[in-house]
Amino acid sequence: MFKLEKRPQQSQKWIYLSPFLAVLITMISGGILFAALGENPFEAIRIIFWDPLFDPNFASYSRPQLLVKAGPLILIAIGLSFGFKAGVWNIGAEGQYILGAIFGASVALAFYPMESKFIFPLMIIAGALGGFLWGLIPALLKAKLNTNEILVSLMLVYVAESILASVSQGLLKNPDGYGFPGSRNLQNYESAANVEIIANSGMHWGVLFAFITVIVSYIILTKHIQGFNIQLTGQAPRASKFAGVNPTANIVFCLGISGALAGLAGMFEVSGPSGQITIEFNSGYGFTAIIVAFLGRLHPIGIFLSGLLIALTYIGGELAQLMLGLPGASIQLFQGMLLFFLLATDLFANYKVKIGADN
Amino acid sequence: MDFSSINPALLIASLMVSATPILLAAIGEAVVEKSGVLNLGVEGMMIVGAVVGFIVAVNTDTPLLGFVCAAIISGIFSIIFGMLTQYLKSNQVATGLGLTLVGLGLSALLGRPYEGMKSPTLKALEIPFFSDIPVLGKMLFSHDLMIYFSIFLVTSVWWFLKYTHAGMVLRAVGENHDAAHALGYKVVRVRMLAIMFGGATSGLGGAYISLARVPQWTEGMTAGAGWIALAIVVFASWRPWRVLFGAYIFGGVTVLQLNLQAAGASIPVEYLSMSPYLITIVVLVIISSRGNQGAPASLGRPFHASS
Repeated sequence: MFKLEKRPQQSQKWIYLSPFLAVLITMISGGILFAALGENPFEAIRIIFWDPLFDPNFASYSRPQLLVKAGPLILIAIGLSFGFKAGVWNIGAEGQYILGAIFGASVALAFYPMESKFIFPLMIIAGALGGFLWGLIPALLKAKLNTNEILVSLMLVYVAESILASVSQGLLKNPDGYGFPGSRNLQNYESAANVEIIANSGMHWGVLFAFITVIVSYIILTKHIQGFNIQLTGQAPRASKFAGVNPTANIVFCLGISGALAGLAGMFEVSGPSGQITIEFNSGYGFTAIIVAFLGRLHPIGIFLSGLLIALTYIGGELAQLMLGLPGASIQLFQGMLLFFLLATDLFANYKVKIGADN
Repeated sequence: MDFSSINPALLIASLMVSATPILLAAIGEAVVEKSGVLNLGVEGMMIVGAVVGFIVAVNTDTPLLGFVCAAIISGIFSIIFGMLTQYLKSNQVATGLGLTLVGLGLSALLGRPYEGMKSPTLKALEIPFFSDIPVLGKMLFSHDLMIYFSIFLVTSVWWFLKYTHAGMVLRAVGENHDAAHALGYKVVRVRMLAIMFGGATSGLGGAYISLARVPQWTEGMTAGAGWIALAIVVFASWRPWRVLFGAYIFGGVTVLQLNLQAAGASIPVEYLSMSPYLITIVVLVIISSRGNQGAPASLGRPFHASS
């Protein structure tokens, strides 16, 4: 068998190498999966990873979609990475995303049909606030009563989904919608629409926010005391207490920030690509962002890149559905496998592997 | 609104049906956590069990075989988690989440041709004599095999943990893996077995949803049952009989809100359907405010034998 020897420090080389290795292994085993489903594996891999960007027939449509999908993933994943670094596990980003969308859309619909340039900024604030408040619930329960934040934040996803169903059939329902559930389409409401900043690029305000968040979080993590506190709490909880890190403030910061960013992502989605609040508005970005955060090594630049990669698998997956009739769920499986292989290859960063060594 | 349509005897009977999937998953997870491993993949293992059980039962027309296959396949599925966390020393929280995501994707893929089909269901076992008792007979003694099996399983786990040597070793591994290792116990092997047991019972729980409770296959049909099972283990302070108690309370809330919906209570449906999740949060808060008594000391910590 093999023998493991713990490294005194994580291997820097392997920290950067293992995501690439994981992607490679995922492609190979994905190919095997597609072959098992009766498809040509090379064609399937090409359709998922190459055609959305370079195929002359599809690229004009798919390329903008890359940013549309990557924007919310990056926003949410950056928020999650703060908590994951500190050992605060927010896995309810999906719920915070929904609440952000509901808050943002509510502001817009309250002003409808007034036109003003203040409406969109107000919606941004409301969206962030909605997600922040939803993230604050597990944060305060964790900080004050030591309640497990994993379970509470997840339970709140189901509560948020019920609220979403309720408001799309009641409070926020389009009065001119002929009785169908769902709100007014915000894309038809000029002051509230999250439009593309550069035409046909997919670059809407949410994507811009995501890029800014990447830069700001990079600065916080590398230059600011809060970034140091977070990393210290994660690596040595006891030492961080001696160093004077306030655990309550730390938990509230981590869950609050990730809630606010997830809420923003939801707001930009509902006012942009999705356009309206409906019962099935949420599409699982909050869960996929967990994979994005880990694949990006909880590092802002890494998350930026992994967000683009996972967005590519979404678009490629849609294309594969269209071209090969592959079920949509196979992409979900693909993304999950990627996380597994990443966790597995992380072994090399933390341990030296000696094959065939004796005791 | 007509509350007289809610029959207490039927309520208890359907409470047991509604609690059994969570009970099966939770009793397995309790054993896993007793061995010091936190497997957050319960939801994923349940849904794999649900789809495998359904496919086997529909194709063979034998629900019992469906349950057996669900337990085996979910047990094998949980080995992925075991390999990653025990041999490759990966983070247990992240790996468990990954297991859930993969399970959801895999089950959707496998179950697609079966969407909307009906499955054969287990026949109710009328226990002779007892099932003829008025009220009580319908309430407690006319259930299907899996409900009795789940109670048997709770009893066995309780007996195993409390009175057997192997159970003591498992608890020792969960309390202090370094000491257990120093005494010569195989920490990783014990944990792998516990993880597989948890996988198998979660698979049974999932199959109970798709074969008895609903009984059909829809994508994502476990709808958080696995997460509630995790919450119930905390609620139960890792004690088997309290797991049973917690699962039945939760089943009661679920059934009651469904009955209220059917009886046309003036509370909107959405608020009723979020109530089980809200109550879970409230219970977690109450338990944690008293301090987490009984959590295995090595829970969630990675183990690396340095010599």
